[in-house]
Amino acid sequence: MAALLELKEVSKGFGGLQVIGHLDLTVDEGEIVSVIGPNGAGKTTLFNLVTGIYRPDDGDIVFGGQSIVGMEPHKIANLGIARTFQTLRLFLNMTVKENVMAATYGKTKARWWQSALRTPGSRREEKEVEKLAEERLAFFGKRLVGYRMEQPAYSLSYANRRRLEIARATGTGPRMLLLDEPAAGMNPVETHEITDLIARLRTEGGYTILVIEHDMHVVEGISDRVVALDHGVKIAEGSFEQVATDERVIEAYLGAKAVRDEAEEAGE
Amino acid sequence: MSRIGSDDWVEQQELRSEYYTGFTGPARKAFDRVGPGPRFFAFLAICAIFPFFPTVADSDFLIRVGVNVLLFALLALGLNIVVGWAGLLDLGYVAFYGFGAYMYAWLSSSQFDVHLPTELVIPIVITASAGLGLLLGLPSWRLVGDYLAITTLFFAQIFVELMLNLDRLTPPWRDEPLDVTGGPNGIPGIDDMRIFTIDFEQTRDYYFLLLAIFAVVVVGLYYINESRTGRGWRASREDPLAAELMTTPVNRLKLLAFAMGAAVAGLTGSVFAAVQTGVFPQNFEVALLIMIYAALILGGAGSISGAVLGAIIIAAVPEILRTPENARYLFYGVLIASLLIVVRPWKRVAGIVAAAIVFGFAAHEIVALIWPDVVVGVEDGGLGGLLDSWVLVVDDHETLVNFAFVFLVAAVLILTQLRGESRMLLLIPTIYLAAFVWENRLVAEPSVTRQLLFGAILVAMMTKRPQGLLGTPRVENPI
Repeated sequence: MAALLELKEVSKGFGGLQVIGHLDLTVDEGEIVSVIGPNGAGKTTLFNLVTGIYRPDDGDIVFGGQSIVGMEPHKIANLGIARTFQTLRLFLNMTVKENVMAATYGKTKARWWQSALRTPGSRREEKEVEKLAEERLAFFGKRLVGYRMEQPAYSLSYANRRRLEIARATGTGPRMLLLDEPAAGMNPVETHEITDLIARLRTEGGYTILVIEHDMHVVEGISDRVVALDHGVKIAEGSFEQVATDERVIEAYLGAKAVRDEAEEAGE
Repeated sequence: MSRIGSDDWVEQQELRSEYYTGFTGPARKAFDRVGPGPRFFAFLAICAIFPFFPTVADSDFLIRVGVNVLLFALLALGLNIVVGWAGLLDLGYVAFYGFGAYMYAWLSSSQFDVHLPTELVIPIVITASAGLGLLLGLPSWRLVGDYLAITTLFFAQIFVELMLNLDRLTPPWRDEPLDVTGGPNGIPGIDDMRIFTIDFEQTRDYYFLLLAIFAVVVVGLYYINESRTGRGWRASREDPLAAELMTTPVNRLKLLAFAMGAAVAGLTGSVFAAVQTGVFPQNFEVALLIMIYAALILGGAGSISGAVLGAIIIAAVPEILRTPENARYLFYGVLIASLLIVVRPWKRVAGIVAAAIVFGFAAHEIVALIWPDVVVGVEDGGLGGLLDSWVLVVDDHETLVNFAFVFLVAAVLILTQLRGESRMLLLIPTIYLAAFVWENRLVAEPSVTRQLLFGAILVAMMTKRPQGLLGTPRVENPI
């Protein structure tokens, strides 16, 4: 399989703090890769680098064979990288449907004067966009369709807001989805649902997925490959079992003493 | 705590039904339920009255008021693009209006002896204003909120200063100074508009011209707002970062909003210059900017019909206040209407009104007994006759009335802090005091009264209905 996203020796620091250091990461087409790591490991910074919010100090980021370093974020998004946010960032005062429709800006062409004159092209495009938004919302079953589509996004429950963020991201017509903690704040039932959902996003939507997640059940359930970060450095990579039993990963999460204790217990 | 199986919307249903209590509740509920689409068509139906206005309005003065309303409505619509939709606090907006007016003046007056045909001048003005808008929009790439507001406010001030002082500019290629703007005296004697074969001479002609522009602008903006451009603006207003990552070129859309707002203002300015046959720097000062903002906030930022309604109120109310009789109707009307809105249930309203009437008659009788020479009657006619023996009008006691004014302000402040019965009790003398101050002082001074009235309306609006008359309620983004 060909690599869709490739980070080569990427580094990023803020002042004296090195947040990402010489990171190599490859995500193949159609793969689901999870990024784990303790708080402050640089996971969200990694997303911000890929989506163009930050510019790497060093190294190269290649998406679909093209270097995206220094491109404007909306152009990167239009190339096919869509993301969700750890702290939800919906367009709260727009309707649920409009949230998804707004994400189609880059894939539509009507200029403002064409819209003002209601040219046939602009009207056709508007209809297509509306249909697309309804399709994307229908992906989540009955939760976001019906009367809810015309409701402002602020009226949604927390879990539905998370779903809407994913729907909005798919509205941009991406090849790759970056999901930043999709199960954060969800109850066990909803978390289980997210696991299924991410799998469906790949099989039905055909998206390649890079996901940050803290819930190890979700990580175990979805990942083809897991990458563990600590202090901006990759400390382990491989299948879930490999990474979960990796000593450095346990140490990063629980500290060196816990690793020693465990070793002693095993020794007895 | 959220109940199992319910979401915020269901939970808030109870809150919402509580919100519509009181006997005005059903009306408010019905009003809030009407969707933006039907609201817009209701608005168009109301706008259909405009063309018939000149046939009803018999005096030149009324037509002039109509022209002012339309000028204001166009300005509010232009500002709505930048502030209401794109969410950029642009305090330099009034400069585009002035720039459009001066551009028209330069291209069709004896100032430089240039008299271009109007159908050529208008596109030039629109393009130049939009270009200036682009330029002023550039800081919005880096600055948001208050910082952008300060920067753009400087621009508005610089514009007025330039117009005041560019009457003796000495360019390097000339020896004697050149009069560009006429300084404080402005540019008088501007040509009338002449579009192809139609001559615009009277105010009435300009009224119809403005009406045509207004119709085009309203319909165009309505469709733009519904399109991807409008969604892009709203998305960048809600969350610029998320919008950018959802493929929206936020910076480009900001510039577009600035340019489009400036173009509308510039076009309006050129008609203003023609209808006034002169431009003067004091026409474009910050006071006007505040009035445009007041119109937009009052009507509801982000809503086309809101911007127009606000403009009608802001432009027409001062004219109503010009005659004391009309002003009086307005004052007591607003007083009773606000009582109806604020006080519930209606029995209590009736009680307060009855008590205020009794209180007034009693106070009037007592004062008339003690100091008979001080009390003078209210002038006759309409409400005046009714009020004659209720409200006290005193002769030549300006200081007394000034003190009463201070007391009134204090009473209103205390009133906001009280709760329950004591509040209702204090309300009665406060109403009377308000009527007293109004009849003795404010009715005679419309200029002061109108400022006070707008201030009061805006304060009441911001507390009771922050989204404006026709706006949609918004939540603040938690981030």
